[in-house]
Amino acid sequence: MKPLIGEHSLFGPVDPAAEAGYVDPPARKGFFTDTSVCIGCKACEVACKEWNEIPDDGFSLTGMSYDNTVSLSANTWRHVAFVEQPAAPAAATDGAGTVDLGMPGPPPPTSPEGAQATEELPDFRWLMSSDVCKHCTHAACLDVCPTGSLFRTEFGTVVVQPDICNGCGYCVPACPYGVIERRTGPEGAKNVGIAQKCTLCYDRIGDGQRPACAQACPTESIQYGDVDELRERAKARVEQLHEAGVMDARLYGADPDDGVGGAGAFFLLLDEPEVYGLPPDPVVTTRDLPHMFRRASAAAAALLVGAAVAFAGRRG
Amino acid sequence: MIQGSNMAEAHPVGFQWVMEAKARGAKVIHVDPRFTRTSALADQFVPIRVGTDIAFLGGVINHVLQNELDFREYVVAYTNAATILSEDFQDTDDLDGLFSGFDPETRTYDPASWQYADAGQKQEGQGRQQHEEQRETASALQHETHGLNVEGDPPRDPTLQHPRCVYQVLKRHYSRYTPELVERVCGVSQEEFLEVCRAWTEASGRERTTALVYSVGWTQHSVGVQYIRTGAILQLLLGNMGRPGGGIMALRGHASIQGSTDIPTLFNILPGYLPMPNANQHESFQDWIDSVRHPGSKGFWDNAGAYAVNLLKAYWGDAATADNDFCFDYLPRITGDHGTYRTVMDMIDGKVKGYFLLGQNPAVGSAHGRAQRLGMANLDWLVVRDLFEIESATFWKNSPEVETGEIVPEECRTEVFLFPAASHVEKEGTFTQTQRMLQWRTKAVEPPGDARSELWFFYHLGRMVRERLADSTEERDRPLLDLAWDYPLHGEHDEPSAEAVLKEINGYEVATGRPLSSFTEMKDDGSTLGGCWIYTGVYADGVNQAARRKPGREQSYVAPEWGWAWPANRRNLYNRASADPDGNPWSERKRLVWWDPDKGENGEWTGDDVPDFERTKPPTYRPDEGQGGIAAIAGNDPFIMQGDGKGSLFVPQGLIDGPLPTHYEPVESPFRNVLYGQQANPTRKEYDRDDNPMNPSPPELHSDVYPFVFTTSRLTEHHTAGGMSRYLQYLAELQPEMFVEVSPALAAERGLQHGGWCHVVTSRAAIEGRVLVTERLRPLRVDGRTVHTVWLPYHWGSGGFVTGDSANDLLGIALDPNVLIQESKVGTCDVLPGRRPRGRAVLDLVASYKERSGVDVDPGTPIVTVGPDADVHDHRDPVMRKEDGDP
Ligand code: SF4
Ligand code: SF4
Ligand code: SF4
Repeated sequence: MKPLIGEHSLFGPVDPAAEAGYVDPPARKGFFTDTSVCIGCKACEVACKEWNEIPDDGFSLTGMSYDNTVSLSANTWRHVAFVEQPAAPAAATDGAGTVDLGMPGPPPPTSPEGAQATEELPDFRWLMSSDVCKHCTHAACLDVCPTGSLFRTEFGTVVVQPDICNGCGYCVPACPYGVIERRTGPEGAKNVGIAQKCTLCYDRIGDGQRPACAQACPTESIQYGDVDELRERAKARVEQLHEAGVMDARLYGADPDDGVGGAGAFFLLLDEPEVYGLPPDPVVTTRDLPHMFRRASAAAAALLVGAAVAFAGRRG
Repeated sequence: MIQGSNMAEAHPVGFQWVMEAKARGAKVIHVDPRFTRTSALADQFVPIRVGTDIAFLGGVINHVLQNELDFREYVVAYTNAATILSEDFQDTDDLDGLFSGFDPETRTYDPASWQYADAGQKQEGQGRQQHEEQRETASALQHETHGLNVEGDPPRDPTLQHPRCVYQVLKRHYSRYTPELVERVCGVSQEEFLEVCRAWTEASGRERTTALVYSVGWTQHSVGVQYIRTGAILQLLLGNMGRPGGGIMALRGHASIQGSTDIPTLFNILPGYLPMPNANQHESFQDWIDSVRHPGSKGFWDNAGAYAVNLLKAYWGDAATADNDFCFDYLPRITGDHGTYRTVMDMIDGKVKGYFLLGQNPAVGSAHGRAQRLGMANLDWLVVRDLFEIESATFWKNSPEVETGEIVPEECRTEVFLFPAASHVEKEGTFTQTQRMLQWRTKAVEPPGDARSELWFFYHLGRMVRERLADSTEERDRPLLDLAWDYPLHGEHDEPSAEAVLKEINGYEVATGRPLSSFTEMKDDGSTLGGCWIYTGVYADGVNQAARRKPGREQSYVAPEWGWAWPANRRNLYNRASADPDGNPWSERKRLVWWDPDKGENGEWTGDDVPDFERTKPPTYRPDEGQGGIAAIAGNDPFIMQGDGKGSLFVPQGLIDGPLPTHYEPVESPFRNVLYGQQANPTRKEYDRDDNPMNPSPPELHSDVYPFVFTTSRLTEHHTAGGMSRYLQYLAELQPEMFVEVSPALAAERGLQHGGWCHVVTSRAAIEGRVLVTERLRPLRVDGRTVHTVWLPYHWGSGGFVTGDSANDLLGIALDPNVLIQESKVGTCDVLPGRRPRGRAVLDLVASYKERSGVDVDPGTPIVTVGPDADVHDHRDPVMRKEDGDP
């Protein structure tokens, strides 16, 4: 019998569906989100809400460029970030930095010096990027879920079953990206109190349909498909951009050796991840669990039995 | 080249093809007053002062001509560059911003001196009177749509050396549009400007083509038509017209604005661009037809008689016979300006009784919102058909004028009928998109409740009115009673068959019902009928061709089997120009259609697209002298709708404001025109009324009271006047509040806080919004001064999940003379921190600005600013005002 917890069960490269016990699962599905062609239209955000009947996120102007839904949340499963930035640090001299995104970065624009000669202004960039649950190879949210509500699908994706979730909220701090969240409102909405996040449209891809967000994206910034193939495509795209002189292009989450074993949903970015509000080096928060398990840490053991039972239940 | 368009935000679906072109190596350049989501994806962004695009493009034309970078072979063969002009023509450089033939009294031109040399002597003055009428009825461009009327063979100099040939005239006209001047007028650095020139010319010619994209950022100006003309001149000079990957892409509105000009919702044209008969000019059926055909002229409009007869037969069926001129007398006549803005003024003046609004929200979406609302508040009745209860249905109980007390709900006389409308997924029919392509929509779901389609509404309205009048013996009711009003109905609500309507639009043989496959089958004897000749073929063989959905990968790259494009399913107009004069492709890379001498009996035109040329007319064909109509077009003249078969660099007829585009300042501008004494378009249409004041501009005093330039446009997240977005939470939450974008420098100058409030003031209104300080707006150096641009989205009103003031309230009404489009992309304003005053106090604020600027004394602005008749209003001078005893 295969040990319940393998060498890479919680860390390192694996095929998550096979690891979860599926025999002969279909190819792992995921997203390659190429932010270099995103036009910030938010069709993905809206399509996701339509398909999944997600309530609105409130109506308030944030002043964070054109981002008024702020971040991924229980009520926003696709989120488009807008980053206004001067490309050259020279901009600091005229005081006109980025619009405040509420995250680390240059200070907001206040200085009057911008009125001076315009030709000194550096090239300006407006980055847009559609964020989503990463469907981690090693998903801490799933690892810590005591009820088995969060489960690994045959497509290698991570999905919440709202009718099983008891609202304990363990998954919320476990996610290294801050993706999953319990719904707190609005009043009358369904699944209030329940953990919510992208399902990678489990109820569409099983029927051979593309996820709603990818289907709506006009520029194919969101590409859906087999993760292996998408990784190849993403690599080729980075090379193409480098050849075209866009040296900032880089992949985020595509490496199976990274802290979450590679994300099922990974990204092509044009700047450091922090610029987009993404953690620079995310690590599955349960990475050290096997080590701790051997040391028979009582708390960890209790947690893991729950997780192991959840796996076993779906085996074969 | 994307200019005057925020394509990524306003046309995101079409923008996927720009991204695809970019992925294949195309360079994308965006020229715009503001850094938008389009700029974010472009390879180069060039900020430009709003309202100066003719100066910019004129600069590019100058660069092309001075450096001889034009595609010479194409230019000589396919344009009127070689044609020699009349000796009497005088250009704007001779007359300080006016062309020859100007009459300051009527502010119109007599175009006699603009004609080709040796053109038959036109009677003096006749042209001027025509221009006056054409400005009223927006009919000048019928010359353009109906082709240049060219008689005889004007002299040409193919060496392009003759001093009066169009090429030399053009070169002189733009010689002052140097990089230095572009920098001074547009605020574009010479370096950036020359980079655009380089990119554009390097990607044009035999092996390469450049596409030019514009939208309402170009059209909504008092010189809107001339903006597009400038683009056309450039694309002709560079050989980009009628060729794959070239052309000028006018991005039309969502989702069927193209369709609503083809089968128009305009007062001055009928389906297929036939003119609405004019009471003064078209007394008889023959007068009307001849005004389109120009008997003796060349070109494709020669068959206009058949198109008109088919339309009348479609309207009046059996009642329309040759004996009664096919009921020509039943058509309404126009007598002058009945455009939307004139109508609003007439509403205010109590001359209009009723008004229909369908999918239109003028209380928010049209220029001068205040005039729109006050007009609607003075009707007997108003019908609003919309998805939600929009502001144009609630202005009487909830609007800025209710807040100021100018509209009192209890007293407002207008009876408003609000009808719920079916949305596009709840009804069948077609959309005609920006490429003239018709795409059929099937109904996905039943409309909820009482919501119905427009087709249902008008069919049954017509039916009920006809039933009411059934016993009438009044002559005036005959047009209604004789209508062919007989569409098959289906479903529990008696929905008329949209496909039957499409078949009628397509046309068919009256006797057999056989659908026509081409407008060449249309007869002028009443044996065929068809509602829109350019759409003939969409129902060929009894098949709904607009419903075709063959995926692109299963057919040629032109994709002729997806939907159907007019005319004749041709995807690229004037594509004869993609081949050289001998009929061979200019290059293998850029081949589209060509002459195949081995095809058919004596050779045929063939290619990937439907050739835009008579199929069997060989490139060597030359007309005999004196021939007219289509036969007069030579085998090497690709622009077949033009009387000389040539692309018009210079336009001798059809433009009220001159044969060549010339830089004029916007009607409201903080700057004096650097190029000419004439400040703004001298022939523009203005409504000089107290309720339509214009902010002063140089050379008049006090333009500094409104020191900033503003422009308005759309956000992706909202749809135009918001009727389809503010009422949906998923869209409303994405842009939840009215905001105003300013540069960091302007914010500092006016003390505006990011996220705080500001208000914007013009002589029409003061509106408020939250402040978004962003580097996407940049101050520009223009004529030695810094100019700030303020940007406002125009989506908000008092209804929906998210409410706010309407940017269109800031605008006054000044119109382009050719097509009567409003100058709504540029105006001047002041910006102040904090919220605007409430109630009547907001009127006081606007009034205080008017007083400071002298607008209270005279709401108009001087139009002719050059020559002895210049009428600059020095009475606005405070000293003079005192002497005059003004308050
Ligand atoms: S990103 Fe967070 S919520 Fe998504 S699978 Fe990974 S750990 Fe779970
Ligand atoms: S995959 Fe489905 S659930 Fe996930 S973001 Fe896209 S639309 Fe939403
Ligand atoms: S739909 Fe595509 S282009 Fe639009 S915001 Fe989402 S990812 Fe970007």
